[in-house]
Amino acid sequence: MRNINAIFKKEFRSYFNSPIAYIFMTVFLGISSWLFFRTFFITAQAEMRGLFGLMPWIFLFFIPAVTMKLWAEEKKIGTAEILMTLPIRDYEVVLGKFLASFGLLAVTALFSLCIPISVAIVGDPDGGTIICGYLGLLLMGAAYLSIGLFASTLTENQIVGFILGICACFLLLIIGEEIVLFSTPNWLYPIFSYLGLGTHYSSILRGVIDSRDIIYYLTIIGFFLYLSTLSVESRKWR
Amino acid sequence: MIEVKELTKSYGPTLAVNQVSFEARAGEVVGFIGPNGAGKTTTMRILTCYLTADSGSASVAGFDVQEHPIDVRKNVGYLPESAPLYVDMGVVDYLKFMTEIREIPKPERKQRINSVIDICGLSSVVQKDIGELSKGYRQRVGLAQSLIHDPPILILDEPTSGLDPSQTIEIRNLIKEIGQEKLVLFSTHILPEVAATCSRILMINQGKIVANGTLQELIGQVRSDDTIHVAIRGAEEEIRAKLNEIEGVTDIRHVATENGVVSYEITTSQGIDNPTEVFFLAAVDNNWQMAELRHESVDLEQVFLNFTTGQVEDTAPTAEIETLVEDLSSPEETDTQTEEAATGITVAEEE
Repeated sequence: MRNINAIFKKEFRSYFNSPIAYIFMTVFLGISSWLFFRTFFITAQAEMRGLFGLMPWIFLFFIPAVTMKLWAEEKKIGTAEILMTLPIRDYEVVLGKFLASFGLLAVTALFSLCIPISVAIVGDPDGGTIICGYLGLLLMGAAYLSIGLFASTLTENQIVGFILGICACFLLLIIGEEIVLFSTPNWLYPIFSYLGLGTHYSSILRGVIDSRDIIYYLTIIGFFLYLSTLSVESRKWR
Repeated sequence: MIEVKELTKSYGPTLAVNQVSFEARAGEVVGFIGPNGAGKTTTMRILTCYLTADSGSASVAGFDVQEHPIDVRKNVGYLPESAPLYVDMGVVDYLKFMTEIREIPKPERKQRINSVIDICGLSSVVQKDIGELSKGYRQRVGLAQSLIHDPPILILDEPTSGLDPSQTIEIRNLIKEIGQEKLVLFSTHILPEVAATCSRILMINQGKIVANGTLQELIGQVRSDDTIHVAIRGAEEEIRAKLNEIEGVTDIRHVATENGVVSYEITTSQGIDNPTEVFFLAAVDNNWQMAELRHESVDLEQVFLNFTTGQVEDTAPTAEIETLVEDLSSPEETDTQTEEAATGITVAEEE
């Protein structure tokens, strides 16, 4: 636990020591606010469903950008060799790095609260759906992060890690989309629909917190963190 | 402290480490030398549990590297080649991070950090980010990192590469000092460095240990005829005849003639105890003006070449190295080893 904490602190601080965190937060918040307020005053509805609905697509490009350097850079400049010869287990490093990227996401989400706050000032939004929306956002974001982290372990080139991350997230996202499901064989339909990254998110957005949705995201996160650990360990016998 | 038995590791079809076995104890400074790609780094990576061997076993500080990697790592300080560090971190932040992972109790952290800063001469750069540091200072930060938990075993992969001569000497002295109580295993391909710091030498070539022993032992193994360089003013024929009369002389080669001074390279058989004295007395007896008298003993380069290529001494690369070194060193300089290191000449580069 102490080791995970040490890695978390180091990685989290490194986000804020470099421009990454600031660029990420500014651009992410800027784009989200723009997309939200663009239609907000026209439709004059005090709700955020439209913005939440866009998030799976915005995350697609933003989340892999957060995770791409986590392993690729360590491998490239060779710091992995010191890190992985410290008295620390591989999964602890993976977990620490994951939590640090989640920390950045959480901080960004915190700043984005200015949107619901401004909505609450001018109107009377349904607090419950917004809270659900944020919960879904964090769960789905964490799933994206774990996928991005895994992509980063596969390469020592950050750009490759970034693109791989986008591809993996994209694939897992679209298999749950209606348009893809139409053309899938019947026996695959429930599997694809269940595995789709956005399916459970939209059910959370409806304001119903179902333990199955939460379990789905935790499973995805666990699975990809496990894969990351395996991938990090694979250096040993390659 | 370190026990390695028949360690083998291959990358695809290339055999990087082949049946390597050796032992090392506390209080030893073991120099791990060999040409580039000989398997030094791979062996070290296996010992630090970064890689896993295909077969064979290794135990470090009494722990098997396969079974108890965490315990092994707790007892080892490791500096990988070229000291990879987080460039966006401050020097002190980095060391703090290391104290946390190394599980040094909170009250002792500050004191440990200060002590390694002191040992590694980092006090002038504590304010800086690692990214701003020069290569030499990064190397020192890397070393500080490996010393922070006061490990009983220190594994250093080319700790002096990229350092200037004075830094090189500092690091060597540090290694020697640490090696008095602990076990230091360090790799290099700078041969004089090994001679200057190591109590024992492990020579590795193409994944195999080809020699293991003290410098004296290794030199003893390739002991051969002595070579004496003399330069004497006077007619060559006459002097050559006189030199030939000296007991033990087996061969005389003319090297150069310069302003009437003729240089010879003389080979004597092994029996003569003090060859320089014999030639000096001969010069006195014959009233020769002697401009040079030098006894060339077998040195580490010859040992190295002997073990790694099977070539005997006086091969072209060695000769080149020597002439280069001679050009650079002052005439009075007796200990040319540091000079050689300063020029950065390595056998590997010659190949």
